[in-house]
Amino acid sequence: MIEDLVMNLRAAYARLWVRVKGGNREPHWIITEVTVPILSLSAYVYLYKMLNAPAEFAGFVVIGGTMMAFWSNVLWNMSAQFYWEKETGTLQMYLVAPISRMAVLLGMALGGIVNTALRAVGILAVGILIFQVPIFLSNTAVAILIFVLTIISLYALGMLFASLFLMYGREAWHTANLLQEPVHFLSGFYFPVKYLPFTIQLVASAVPITFGLDGIRRVIISGETLVEVLPHIAALIVFIAILMPLAKLALDYMENLGKKEGRLTLRWQ
Amino acid sequence: MPHCIETKNLVRVFKGGEKSVVKALDNVSVTIEKGEIFGLLGPNGAGKTTFIKILSTLLLPTSGEAYVEGFNVVKESNRVRRIINLVSGGETPGYGILSVRENLWFFSQLYGLSSSAAKDKIKQLMTQLNFEEYAKVRMNKLSSGYKQRLNLARGLINDPHILFLDEPTLGLDVLTAKNLRDFMVDWAKKDKKGTVLLTTHYMAEADEMCDRVAIIDHGKILACDSPKTLKDNLAKNPSAKLEVASINIDLAFLKTIHGIIGFTQTRNIQTGVTTLRVIASNESALSKIASKMKQENLKVLTISETEPTLEDVYISLVGKGFEEAEATSP
Repeated sequence: MIEDLVMNLRAAYARLWVRVKGGNREPHWIITEVTVPILSLSAYVYLYKMLNAPAEFAGFVVIGGTMMAFWSNVLWNMSAQFYWEKETGTLQMYLVAPISRMAVLLGMALGGIVNTALRAVGILAVGILIFQVPIFLSNTAVAILIFVLTIISLYALGMLFASLFLMYGREAWHTANLLQEPVHFLSGFYFPVKYLPFTIQLVASAVPITFGLDGIRRVIISGETLVEVLPHIAALIVFIAILMPLAKLALDYMENLGKKEGRLTLRWQ
Repeated sequence: MPHCIETKNLVRVFKGGEKSVVKALDNVSVTIEKGEIFGLLGPNGAGKTTFIKILSTLLLPTSGEAYVEGFNVVKESNRVRRIINLVSGGETPGYGILSVRENLWFFSQLYGLSSSAAKDKIKQLMTQLNFEEYAKVRMNKLSSGYKQRLNLARGLINDPHILFLDEPTLGLDVLTAKNLRDFMVDWAKKDKKGTVLLTTHYMAEADEMCDRVAIIDHGKILACDSPKTLKDNLAKNPSAKLEVASINIDLAFLKTIHGIIGFTQTRNIQTGVTTLRVIASNESALSKIASKMKQENLKVLTISETEPTLEDVYISLVGKGFEEAEATSP
């Protein structure tokens, strides 16, 4: 039991290490990963300025741009990773090893968080400095708590998507494409969700990042306290409690289905 | 004491589109003993990789049972994974951006090796496979031969009891392939480290390496014995090699000669020569070929009797060679 746990932790750490090492070895990605999102969030900031919107709107956009980095990472790197592993032939090497698939995904997630954190910090720092965003630092610990819960729930969602990519590869690619922009819109990356119609807000509440973004913004931009964002924290904990076991179940199911249909290691499908 | 590997009536069916059903394995029952190098020889599409994928827990059988050291590959897959490893030919052996040593360290962690144990094991494997000087070279800078050394080192990183080798020398040059074959034979025989299940469509490879060979075609095991016994059994059937000065030959007439069991042909476009290997049930059948060729206005350059090879065994069982079998496989 302990031997298994140690082996899985080693595997998770090794996968994290590969991702971080890979990122460090070709550091030029940081330049494009930081500058491109800043260009797109700048468009929104200037739009709000043109409309004479309150100053905190720029803060909404900067926080949204920062968190968008994690959503993109979950969609395109975390979820799709098994697809790439399958195409390059390394997936087979994982699957013949006696480790949990969740350990591999955990390593991928942690590695992705480390790399994306660099990008996110870059966007946040540049955004705050350029646009002079007013921020409240009195409840930083609460903001960090919401951020951590958001990241865990987001990557749990990524693990769930990973099972789709494991089985359906290119077909799941379209699903990820389909999810990218609607989630940008629904989660309110560039504006507060409270301005959306109620029914759309209801749909948006099915995405964990909606609660995470709103919670972090309330604490950092609007200066709200722990008590005021407790519903956000509770919602994120519920997301984690549902998504984590669901991801494990989906992964086991898809692996079994892949073995049954013979598509588990079949490439170019 | 269970067999090292045992399969009982293993069947695997793949369903494609409508009405497209391929029986990749058809009631395959084999036993492989500890320390044996067992070869599965057959043309592409014969079912070799399907067999190895089931045993390495990557694929479920449609029916039948398979055991590795007594563990059921379906119900006890994680116990099986602890004692096996799989090396496939022509595969990317890891992450291109990582060095050889980093890749091996990474894969050692999937088997829970401690840092010191991993370091020692990596050093030992790189020395044995003679590529220590490439330790710091990125995988994507390696030649095919060195990539396959890395792949083999990866396959041995967990000291597997059973090593599955799926076409391990595919696409390698003659010398590298020979070195890797020697290494694998030493690993199993001289060092007595484990059992090898090899799939190949190279006759010489199976002949050189294996204690026993199973000849597989369309998912069925047609014969299973030592290479020597398989060839000796064929000794009563004379075989001949003919070189004909044309590459546009319709060899259908060979089938009309009574006593011809089977044949295979290789056409050399550069020299304009077709080389035929023919297996017959008696000498007179072979002697009829030359006269039949003359009737067909074909110029026979050479004709010689040959020692039986594993390909001859295959031809005698199927009636055609690997190339012809691959051309007609689904």
